[in-house]
Amino acid sequence: MMELICPAGTPAALRSAIDAGADAIYCGFNDETNARNFPGLNFSRDEMRKSIALAHGRGARVLVAINTFPRASAVEIWHRAVDDAVSAGADALILADIGLMDYTARRHPSQRLHVSVQAAAANPDAIAFYAETFGAKRVVLPRVLSVPEIAEITRESACETEVFVFGGLCVMAEGRCSLSSYATGKSPNMQGVCSPPSHVTYEQTAEGTKSSLGGFAINRFAATEPAGYPTLCKGRFSTAQGAGYIFEDPVSLDATTLLKGLRDAGVTALKIEGRQRGRAYVESVVRHFRHALAALESGSEADIASLKPFTEGQASTLGAYRKTWR
Amino acid sequence: MQLSLGPVLYNWAPERWRDFYFRIADEAPLDVVSVGEIVCSKRSPFFADHIPAVVERLQNAGKQVLLGSLILVSLRRERRQTEELAAVEGAMVEVNDLTCLRALAGRPHAIGPFVNIYNEASAAFHVAHGAKRICLPPELPLASVAAIAKAIPDVTTEMFAFGRVPLAISARCYHARLHKLAKDNCRFVCEKDPDGLLLNTLEQQDFLTINGVQTLSHTCANLLGEAGLLHESKVGSLRLSPQDCDMVEIARIFRDVLNGRDDADGGNRRLAAAYPGVPFSNGFLWAEPGHLYHRARAGDMQGVAPKIGAV
Repeated sequence: MMELICPAGTPAALRSAIDAGADAIYCGFNDETNARNFPGLNFSRDEMRKSIALAHGRGARVLVAINTFPRASAVEIWHRAVDDAVSAGADALILADIGLMDYTARRHPSQRLHVSVQAAAANPDAIAFYAETFGAKRVVLPRVLSVPEIAEITRESACETEVFVFGGLCVMAEGRCSLSSYATGKSPNMQGVCSPPSHVTYEQTAEGTKSSLGGFAINRFAATEPAGYPTLCKGRFSTAQGAGYIFEDPVSLDATTLLKGLRDAGVTALKIEGRQRGRAYVESVVRHFRHALAALESGSEADIASLKPFTEGQASTLGAYRKTWR
Repeated sequence: MQLSLGPVLYNWAPERWRDFYFRIADEAPLDVVSVGEIVCSKRSPFFADHIPAVVERLQNAGKQVLLGSLILVSLRRERRQTEELAAVEGAMVEVNDLTCLRALAGRPHAIGPFVNIYNEASAAFHVAHGAKRICLPPELPLASVAAIAKAIPDVTTEMFAFGRVPLAISARCYHARLHKLAKDNCRFVCEKDPDGLLLNTLEQQDFLTINGVQTLSHTCANLLGEAGLLHESKVGSLRLSPQDCDMVEIARIFRDVLNGRDDADGGNRRLAAAYPGVPFSNGFLWAEPGHLYHRARAGDMQGVAPKIGAV
C-alpha cells in the first residue's frame, strides 16, 4: 500500500495526524531552515525529540524538512538543523540544497535522505544524479507532472517517488520561483515563505475588496465574492490579450480520484501539503485519504466526502495530473 | 571585469536571431556569449540550423561561446536534447538544470543563473564537479554574492546585471493559455512578443513579463551603478540579458563605465535612452523587493571606476 505522508506544523497537529492514520509525518524546526517558516509554527528542538519518540511509539515515522537554501555565511545554522534532526531520531531528512545534501551524505552517511520538491528533480536523469551522488532514497516529484509522466519517471527512477495529492498547488516549478521576493523581498528559497502575510493588505474600494501583496494589487472581489488570500501566482491580472487568472485559478490540488493511477504508476508515497494549516485540516484530510486508500486496497467504492472546505477558494483541481492544457 | 551576454530568452524569428548574433560577434565588446534556446524546447528546431554559423562567427571574433541547456527538462525529447548538448565535443555547456550534470560527469562547464546556488557550500560543490564559471541566481543579496565569490577564487563568479529578471519557469505555457491554445498546439504565439508580454495588475500597474513558460520582471535589472562594489566583492563578470533593443550599445555602455570612459550616471542615462520606457531595478542585490531601484546607491560606483578598467 502507498504510504500516506502528512503535514504537521505543531506537536498537536502531529498527534492528530497519527490519530487519523498517517504513516509518516513531515515537519520542520521553528526557524528559517524550512519552507513553512511562519510565526508560531513548527517545532523546537525539544518538541522535535519528543514528537519523534511519540510517533515511533505509535508506529509512525517522522520526516524532517530542512528544505530552504542555506544563507551564505550562515550555513552552520542548517548544518546544526541536520545534526539535531539526526540525533532526534528522524526517519528521513527532506533536503533541497545541494551543499546541504553533500554535508549530510558525508557527515551522516547512514541517514535516510529524501530530495525535496524544492530541488525540482523533474526527470529520471536529475533523480539519478541525486541518488548516485548523495544516496538519496526518495524524491518528491514536482506538481507539474501528469499521471502518465509520473508513471514514466517512477519506472525509470533510481529511487522511490512521492507525489502531492492534496493542498496548495504551485504552478511554477518549485524551488525555482522568485515571484514572491520580487514583490516582497521574501522568498520560499531564502526565507521559507511565499507571499507572506506580513506584506498582505486588504482595502475596500468602490469596486470591491482589493487584496495586495507588497503594494501590487493581486485581486479584487465583488461584495458577494469571498476575498481569497493573495498568493501571487493565483491573482487576477491584465494583459493586452485579456484579463483574469493568467497563471492559475485560485484552486487547490485534490487527486483523490487519481489514487489508483498513482498506485499503478508505482508511486511509493502520497503527500498532503499544509504544515501551515490547523489540526482540523490535518485530521479531516488525513482521515479522508486513509479511507480512500483503504477503499482502493479492498477494491470497494470510496465514499469520497468533499474536502471543499479545506481548499483554496473552495475549489479543487486535479492539477497537472490531468493535463488538459498539454 | 568581464562582460557576458546571456542567451536570447524570447522567441525571435530565426533570421533575426542569427543576424543579432552576427552583429554581436562583429561589434559588441563582450568576452563571453551564451547561446541556445533554454526556455522552450519546442522553439529549438527553428534555431538549430543557425547555431554552427553563429558559434563560428562569435569564436572568430574572439568571444568565448557557451551552449546553454534547457531550464526545465521533463519530456523524453528534452532529456535527449540535454544529453546531446553535453556530448558536443570541445563545447563549454552552461548548465541551467542539474539534469545536465550527470551527463557532463565532471567535465569543465559553466553554471547559469537558473541553478540554485545560495551559499558557498553549494558553490564549492559545483566547483569540485567541474564548474569554471558560475552565474549566481539574480535573487541573491550582495552579502551572499560576496561570501560565495570569496569562497571560490579560482572560478569566475558572474551576476545578472542587465535585462528583465527571470523569476519563474513552469511546465505550463502562459502565452498559449492566454490565447486559449493547448501547449502542444500553441502556434508559437509567443513570437508576437519579442520583448515578452506585459502583465499589469488590475490597477494597470506594470508588474511582470510573460514569455511562454517563463515569467520575468517588468523592470529591467541594472547593476551598472554597483559594478564597483561587485568588483570589490570578487565578482568577475557581469551578464547582460538580450532585450528587444540595441544590445551592442548596451554592451558598449557597460564597457565604457567599467573602463572609466563614462561614469555610472552617464551610463545610466545612456541605458535609459537605449532601452526606453522600462524602469530599472536592483532591489534583489540590496536584500529588498526585487522591483525596487536605488538610484542613490548607484553613486557608490564613482571613484572606483578607473580601478575596474584593469581587467
